Amino acid sequence: MNESYYLILAALLFTIGALGVVLRRNAILVFMSVELMLNSVNLTLVTFSRINGDLEGQVMAFFVMVVAAAEVVVGLAIIMSIFRSRRSASIDDVNLLKY
Amino acid sequence: MSPELVLAATSTGEAITFWVLGPLATIAAVMMVTARNAVHAALFLAAVMLSLAGLYAAQDAPFLAAVQVIVYTGAILMLFLFVLMLVGVDSSDSLVETLRGQRLAAFCVGLGFAALITGAVVGGVLQDDGTVASVGLDAANEEGNVVGIARLLFTDYLFAFELTSAMLITAALGATVLAHKERTEPAVTQRDLARRRFSGGGSPIAPPGPGVFAGRNSTATPALLPDGSEAPTSVSPVLAVEPYQAPSEGPSAVRGAIEPTPQEEP
Repeated sequence: MNESYYLILAALLFTIGALGVVLRRNAILVFMSVELMLNSVNLTLVTFSRINGDLEGQVMAFFVMVVAAAEVVVGLAIIMSIFRSRRSASIDDVNLLKY
Repeated sequence: MSPELVLAATSTGEAITFWVLGPLATIAAVMMVTARNAVHAALFLAAVMLSLAGLYAAQDAPFLAAVQVIVYTGAILMLFLFVLMLVGVDSSDSLVETLRGQRLAAFCVGLGFAALITGAVVGGVLQDDGTVASVGLDAANEEGNVVGIARLLFTDYLFAFELTSAMLITAALGATVLAHKERTEPAVTQRDLARRRFSGGGSPIAPPGPGVFAGRNSTATPALLPDGSEAPTSVSPVLAVEPYQAPSEGPSAVRGAIEPTPQEEP
């Protein structure tokens, strides 16, 4: 095996996460799928860091983690406030911005 | 980066780690996307994240492996579970397709998409003979992985690092504002509750507790009234009311009938 296996795994996980975003209708599950996609990109960054012998990829992955933490906090707060007003966590119900 | 590329072959131990954790992560990810229950999905996501932490550790990134466990599995996933509990576990969506053929179409497009990004990412590093010219992190990690990352973080990326602190504070404030609930009516006091109870709105006494030990250990078991019927108020409406099932050893053991104690002959 070589390092490209990690990249294939990361691509696979990214695709599964994207499918989750497209297919699921529970807002929290969609959010979890986004987290999965972020994680798979982190794996790619770490692998590239190793291939290039440079720690900058790991620093980049570290920043992704920090941004993901902030994003989750705000996103879950939005889901909470939507749930509080509409009693639903389904993203099909939140279509009011269309009109 | 040295201009000449040193081929750092992956060891057998790393191959074993990959072939254990990689399929585990993939299967857990598929289970996460297909799980009906949102809590199960969160636990599968934890499995994916822990597997990825193992893969980071295998790839000379021990700092990121630790951060992955602490930040992702520790903080972010717990936040997910917290919100799931607040929103209600029963809000897991039905897996019924609302758009016909959406799942099949998504699967086909997903296959193509996976092939595309695999081709793009792997094709960028793969050489003609099928190997990857990997430099390896032995030189970069000479002083230790944490020292190396800290050196970068506090020199080249210092401004970005400081900006993340502003971003985290903004996110915390934003979450506080979003989750804050403005009180639109005065708080209900004990006096109001007592008045509501006695003015005909509800029962003046506390509702009966569930029949927890009457045959089973679940609080979803309704209590039995003296005439043997079920007390509907004894189970929280949040829980699904399970139909009462008499245990196999006979109803008298449950319904509290006093068995005639055998009288000892004098």
